[in-house]
Amino acid sequence: MDTLPKQVKIVEVGPRDGLQNEKNIVSTPVKIKLIDMLSEAGLSVIEATSFVSPKWVPQMADHAEVLKGIQKFPGITYPVLIPNLKGFEAAVAAGAKEVSIFGAASELFTKKNINCSIEESFQRFDAILKAAQSANISVRGYVSCVLGCPYEGKISPAKVAEVTKKFYSMGCYEISLGDTIGVGTPGIMKDMLSAVMQEVPPAALAVHCHDTYGQALANTLMALQMGVSVVDSSVAGLGGCPYAQGASGNLATEDLVYMLEGLGIHTGVNLQKLLEAGNFICQALNRKTSSKVAQATCKL
Amino acid sequence: MGNVPSAVKHCLSYQQLLREHLWIGDSVAGALDPAQISVLINLHCFQPYVSGFSVSLAGSVASIHWETSQLSGLPEFVKIVEVGPRDGLQNEKVIVPTDIKIEFINRLSQTGLSVIEVTSFVSSRWVPQMADHTEVMKGIHQYPGVRYPVLTPNLQGFHRAVAAGATEISVFGAASESFSKKNINCSIEESMGKFEEVVKSARHMNIPARGYVSCALGCPYEGIITPQKVTEVSKRLYSMGCYEISLGDTIGVGTPGSMKRMLESVMKEIPLGALAVHCHDTYGQALANILTALQMGINVVDSAVSGLGGCPYAKGASGNVATEDLIYMLNGLGLNTGVNLYKVMEAGDFICKAVNKTTNSKVAQASFNA
Repeated sequence: MDTLPKQVKIVEVGPRDGLQNEKNIVSTPVKIKLIDMLSEAGLSVIEATSFVSPKWVPQMADHAEVLKGIQKFPGITYPVLIPNLKGFEAAVAAGAKEVSIFGAASELFTKKNINCSIEESFQRFDAILKAAQSANISVRGYVSCVLGCPYEGKISPAKVAEVTKKFYSMGCYEISLGDTIGVGTPGIMKDMLSAVMQEVPPAALAVHCHDTYGQALANTLMALQMGVSVVDSSVAGLGGCPYAQGASGNLATEDLVYMLEGLGIHTGVNLQKLLEAGNFICQALNRKTSSKVAQATCKL
Repeated sequence: MGNVPSAVKHCLSYQQLLREHLWIGDSVAGALDPAQISVLINLHCFQPYVSGFSVSLAGSVASIHWETSQLSGLPEFVKIVEVGPRDGLQNEKVIVPTDIKIEFINRLSQTGLSVIEVTSFVSSRWVPQMADHTEVMKGIHQYPGVRYPVLTPNLQGFHRAVAAGATEISVFGAASESFSKKNINCSIEESMGKFEEVVKSARHMNIPARGYVSCALGCPYEGIITPQKVTEVSKRLYSMGCYEISLGDTIGVGTPGSMKRMLESVMKEIPLGALAVHCHDTYGQALANILTALQMGINVVDSAVSGLGGCPYAKGASGNVATEDLIYMLNGLGLNTGVNLYKVMEAGDFICKAVNKTTNSKVAQASFNA
């Protein structure tokens, strides 16, 4: 594996993307403890919460308390999701130093999700990015549906490249390319990345693979072979999929770390402590882990 | 994902996605009649990219490769060796009645799979699940174009297998001395002696023999296994007459790096066309490891429908890679398999209900609950 990166930054999205898609509401102290345990596991980026309206995402209603309540370890960043300027301001007031914004490579998905066109969404994001720049706050951009859309079906790599380029030029320091419904396979991942990398440097890219069809790790491996060195994942593979009842969600961080360690790629993560964090949150959620590594190492 | 409310709004149903939204293509050569096949061939078959179109074939649930993105260097055709009825069931706690096993195998025979490992002629004392090996072998319908290998650990098992109608056999070696001792109570060298007897007898009767090498990427007793040892054992099996060697990551500990190093070593001694990989998904690494093997030119992959089978060495762990998930990846890569994914999912659904367990296939999980 000569072309693989020597180190990979893992962006842990369990507390946000994971929990957001879990049916059982988890208390604020449990969320805080989870994030603290993840901090101790050596992860360097932990997406803490989402400043969205509790009407839409009840799980994230306690966003301000969570952000204020977690221990902020030096060297670790705790980005939060923000859908709009109002959310941005609330996040900053609660102490956020980094925010994430969510776009999509699909017009229909954007319409259904945030009730506007891709172009209109850029105008909203532009306002946020300008405010973030003034406040010295880093912004990470997400592009959803990069390998397929639950409404439109096939998504062209050119469209993904266009949206990604826009985010990058507006000032996002990193863009996470999300296979939102997990339909992608390695060849399609490669085609999409080839198109995007012609517009945006690989160092500014991340992949965010869902494991709905079991393809996440293979897709992630392909992305690494293409030069991507930032990967999103969720402890215990938390989160289901709102588009496929019963399906699984994010790639499990434990399984990702297992592969990276096996490849000799540095992550900075302590797998044992990560497993403990996963075990903790699964008990709190009263569910079994979706991580195969956790399943294999548990003592029944 | 962003502000996705928990209620799903008007999106394509998953049945629709799978049937019509064609990047989840389905190679269905086994399920179509000749007229339909010729339509396919005329329309698109041998091109790396297909610009979007849709063909509906009346009365058929077939869908066609839409956008298949062929990674360069990958084999065009991959043979899947279905080990669910043997490796899968062998590691399931619930003993499955003979008639269910037979029905299960008959269903698999109609999916387009060309090799289905049926049973194991081992002593029922060791593997109670396989006690009905003779009845299963005699009871299944042997479809033309499908092969039904059986495991034969020794000459006695071999003769029983042949008497029961077996026309292909497999022998199981290991790249670890400790594993060999604990598993079949003899050293690697002694086991090779036994296998040689079996394989020679098989060849004498024109019965092909497949060799398995367990612990190719790690051993539950010894830990790390060197690629050199795997090569040595593989070479022994190949030179005694096994037509194909299946390299097994028995406890699923391998990762793409160790897979690559092992294959690089083995490929120096054994032709690519005679190699297969058999990946367990105990640590979720199977598909990534298989992708690596494909990138190195391997074009035979073992899998088990529904990811049947646990792991006797890691309580609670999962077992084989799920055939459905493998086919999904191969379809997406534009590789031909000849296997109908939907029919495999249906066979998987059947056996899971019979064994009263939830499937280990993510594709099945995403599709059947929608």
